Amino acid sequence: MSVTVKIPTQLRVATGGQAEVEVEGSNVGEALDAVFAAYGDLRERITQDGTLRRFVNVYVSGEDIRFQQGLETQIKEGDEVTILPAVAGG
Amino acid sequence: MSVESLKCKECGTEYELGATYFCEKCFGPLEVRYDHSALDAAEAKRRIQAGSRGIWRYADFLPFSGRPGDPLEPGLTPLLRADRLAERLGTGAEIWIKNDAANPTHSFKDRVVAVAVAKAQELGFETVACASTGNLANAVAAHAAAAGLDSYVFVPSNLEEQKLLATGVYGTKLVGVRGNYDDVNRLCTQLAETHPWAFVNVNLRPYYAEGSKTLAFETVEQLGWELPDRVVSPIASGSLFTKLGRGFQEWLDLGLVEGGQPTFNGAQADGCSPVATAFAEGWDVCKPQRPDTIAKSLAIGDPADGPYAVEHARKTGGGIDSVSDVEIREGIKLLAETTGIFTETAGGVTIGVLRKLAERGELRGGERVVAYITGEGLKTLDATRDTFSMHEIDPTLDSFDAEFAQEVTA
Repeated sequence: MSVTVKIPTQLRVATGGQAEVEVEGSNVGEALDAVFAAYGDLRERITQDGTLRRFVNVYVSGEDIRFQQGLETQIKEGDEVTILPAVAGG
Repeated sequence: MSVESLKCKECGTEYELGATYFCEKCFGPLEVRYDHSALDAAEAKRRIQAGSRGIWRYADFLPFSGRPGDPLEPGLTPLLRADRLAERLGTGAEIWIKNDAANPTHSFKDRVVAVAVAKAQELGFETVACASTGNLANAVAAHAAAAGLDSYVFVPSNLEEQKLLATGVYGTKLVGVRGNYDDVNRLCTQLAETHPWAFVNVNLRPYYAEGSKTLAFETVEQLGWELPDRVVSPIASGSLFTKLGRGFQEWLDLGLVEGGQPTFNGAQADGCSPVATAFAEGWDVCKPQRPDTIAKSLAIGDPADGPYAVEHARKTGGGIDSVSDVEIREGIKLLAETTGIFTETAGGVTIGVLRKLAERGELRGGERVVAYITGEGLKTLDATRDTFSMHEIDPTLDSFDAEFAQEVTA
């Protein structure tokens, strides 16, 4: 499954300036692993001990993955995976 | 006295003072760091007492090098002793109400917005914006108008009509988003990346949040430079709750007040209680919820400062409770009937939780409790609909007598 992972501006230093990364994967965890394989620096910024850090939110086509199956959330061709900081609002 | 940097609350990495809000290393929230080492407590106290009649009297503790211009200065709202409320609650505790509806746009959000808009101007922004559950919308639209800045205000499109009207009037670009607050917030987080705007509660959030400390400072000053024993505060994102704690702590550390942190009790609605749930379950993260409550100003299902609110409640021996929509309506009525203060649904949540604490016997006799009323009842009129009935009569003495025969003795 080919999906687009959107990288927040502040993390693009770790992707050589890329705002979007095209990767393959059947669920969110696999897609993120594919991103980390290409840009190793991102793994530690986004995850800790194999899970997402507590102030990282991930959305699949606008839907928070915590309302779905977390990193196991299935993705389909053309989905957009967005990584955003959780510390906004209120 | 100086404002030094922005510092990550999770990993401690420091950043320059700019329009940035999360740590690039671990996504933790950034907070303003000050160097108060040169501060003399007695001198600081004198400066406060000789200061303006609003939040800028605390300028030494806000993220500016001087006092910014602010035509709509909020703050110094009344702190009232509520003995009749205490009596109705059947508690021997001393109950005080901090009525923060008495601000320029009738909610505590004027405090945070005054700080954020001043910072936006200092950083050279021409447009301010926000994601709001209503009160913030009112405040951003008004303060932007007062400062002569353009503004974009994003709200869930199903917001209370009063809050929409009290925002649009200021000439802002009011954007109703078809979704809940968390959808609005996500959209604004994305817009903040692509637009050169000062989103007060996104890219300016570290500064914005500092404004809430002034509620703690005022409480101390109005209690004659003493701390309350307990505070009861509503929780939406958890920012107000944690910044109250930080405000008290700064003054404790600097010797402006003696004692220790008050016990912190947080208040949420049953229909949106991610922080109360995390507290009850002993989690250090909040599981997001889809809000369904009349307390729309507290309807944040994914609260940014939730983990810190849970931590502070635990650390101070307090707790976080939630109340039903019925209890919220009863809370609004109870406060109105015993103090003459008409609050919005968020205040109903706070009084509902205060009542719960009294019923459970958690309020100690003689302890001083401050409950924070953060918004005005006229903004959520639907919550009081059908809670009383009007006596309708003809303009004659007979008609009056017939209606009130039971109650009026000749």
